[in-house]
Amino acid sequence: MSNADHTATFPLPAVARPVAKTAAAPAAALRRAGLGPRQLLLLSWAAPVLLVVVCEVLAQVGYVAPHVLPAPSKVVRTAYKLATSGTLLADLGTSLVRAAVGFLVGGSIAFALGILVGFSRLAEALVDRSVQMVRAIPFLALLPLVIVWFGVGEGQKIFLVALGVAFPIYINTTLGIRQVDPKLIELGRVQGLSTRQMISRIILPGALPSILTGVRYSLATAWLALVVAETIGAQAGIGFLAMDAREFLRTDVVVLTIVIYALIGVVADSLARLLERRLLAWHPNFGGAAR
Amino acid sequence: MTAPALAEAKPAARVTDLTRAYGDRVVIDRLDLTIQRGEFVALLGESGCGKTTLLRALAGLDPIDGGRIEAPRRPAVVFQEHRLLPWDSLWRNVSLGLPERGARERAAAALEEVGLGGRLDDWPRNLSGGQAQRVALARALVQEPELLLLDEPFAALDALTRIRMHVLVKALVARHRPGVLLVTHDVEEAIALADRILVMRAGVIAAEHRPPAPGQPAADRATLLAELGVENDLSAA
Ligand SMILES: Nc1ncnc2c1ncn2[C@@H]1O[C@H](COP(=O)(O)OP(=O)(O)OP(=O)(O)O)[C@@H](O)[C@H]1O
Ligand SMILES: [Mg+2]
Repeated sequence: MSNADHTATFPLPAVARPVAKTAAAPAAALRRAGLGPRQLLLLSWAAPVLLVVVCEVLAQVGYVAPHVLPAPSKVVRTAYKLATSGTLLADLGTSLVRAAVGFLVGGSIAFALGILVGFSRLAEALVDRSVQMVRAIPFLALLPLVIVWFGVGEGQKIFLVALGVAFPIYINTTLGIRQVDPKLIELGRVQGLSTRQMISRIILPGALPSILTGVRYSLATAWLALVVAETIGAQAGIGFLAMDAREFLRTDVVVLTIVIYALIGVVADSLARLLERRLLAWHPNFGGAAR
Repeated sequence: MTAPALAEAKPAARVTDLTRAYGDRVVIDRLDLTIQRGEFVALLGESGCGKTTLLRALAGLDPIDGGRIEAPRRPAVVFQEHRLLPWDSLWRNVSLGLPERGARERAAAALEEVGLGGRLDDWPRNLSGGQAQRVALARALVQEPELLLLDEPFAALDALTRIRMHVLVKALVARHRPGVLLVTHDVEEAIALADRILVMRAGVIAAEHRPPAPGQPAADRATLLAELGVENDLSAA
């Protein structure tokens, strides 16, 4: 996995970036220098592995106190213990369900609104400015208000995730629809397409790259929203585990939860990429399979 | 005019008194034009004289400011760019707008006709410029149009490919016999393909050429170039 995979799991500005992918030309140059793709893959793992080894050594020789940074091996043992005898799996499940529900609720509302605004100038006039104004608020700044509305129960968590998910999907859906080549829409008219065919054959496929970009960004924000929401008054979930462990200075558990958040972020991003490759096989920047 | 075209009474398209203006700028000024069924008409004219405007009006893509257009409800159009949908396979592109039933078979037959029979499931991005334009041609002809409108469809192709396209288009038109309006910059192209050559200037058809006898070219190069305002034709010297 390249560095780009990791950075994408951090919150980024919620706009569609140009779809050009990682630097292919320098990679090709390296290959000419004698490094095959396998060697490059191994090399890319060298630095992170080295970092873990250094941590382990520093912890083992006692240079770093265990409550500051636990040895990686200790974290692994804790993971095993919590998974077999503790609540780790149940907490993980709770977190995943929250993320999924929030993602589905926020995502579908935003997608529907995005379609509406993308198609109708009237809907745009009615909806778009308000959405853009709300978007200017860093959504985590709404946290106190959300707690007043929902308390610290499941509602608050799902609402926060949904809110975080909604903006990237809304923006990229409207953007995608706007950016569909007008020449292709004109072609649809020439070929005598009905409105329904026009949407299904030309507009949605044309907007899909942008929509999927929105999905990827929203996965990152969903995750961020969940971390924050779970840190506040949760009774279960990964965030709860972390807060609970903090009380007892169980740094190993805290680090474990951080690692889990990171892993799930990476998995979610990979899934989104897989979806892109599948749905955008035709696209020169995503496909490759169709060559 | 060729004999079969004379025999067909109702024209493929008839334009009377057509006027079209962009703001104060009158681009088409009371223009008359008739295209018979099965007739291949080429339209020449210097850049910006209103050829595309006329073609788009015939296609029903733009509103008009005056006059009358009698044309089939859905003429087929091939644009200068191929306008293939990048997300659809070639057969899906060709069958765009056809009823679902039998669409693949019809698309296959049309692709076969333009020499791309084996590539039904290929993507547009894997095509060369000439191949893409052939798919666009197949997409137009699969609709069995009464009127085929071509707006400089070969302008972006290299000279060799263009000549191959001329042969192909001529054969296809002879088989399907739509009325054709070909907008072009290329005098040679007009001479090679058309039954009738029109020159547009100042918003109207300023000159019209028919072959003096069947099988002969409608006009010679020097005459057309002179009418297009090209004074110093290097190759004629
Ligand atoms: N949408 C528009 N708004 C304003 N003026 C326009 C518009 N479209 C075309 N025109 C003008 O109308 C005139 C005719 O344009 P048109 O595209 O029909 O020319 P053309 O004969 O097809 O030229 P070319 O051979 O370069 O394609 C041009 O002078 C152009 O500037
Ligand atoms: Mg033009």
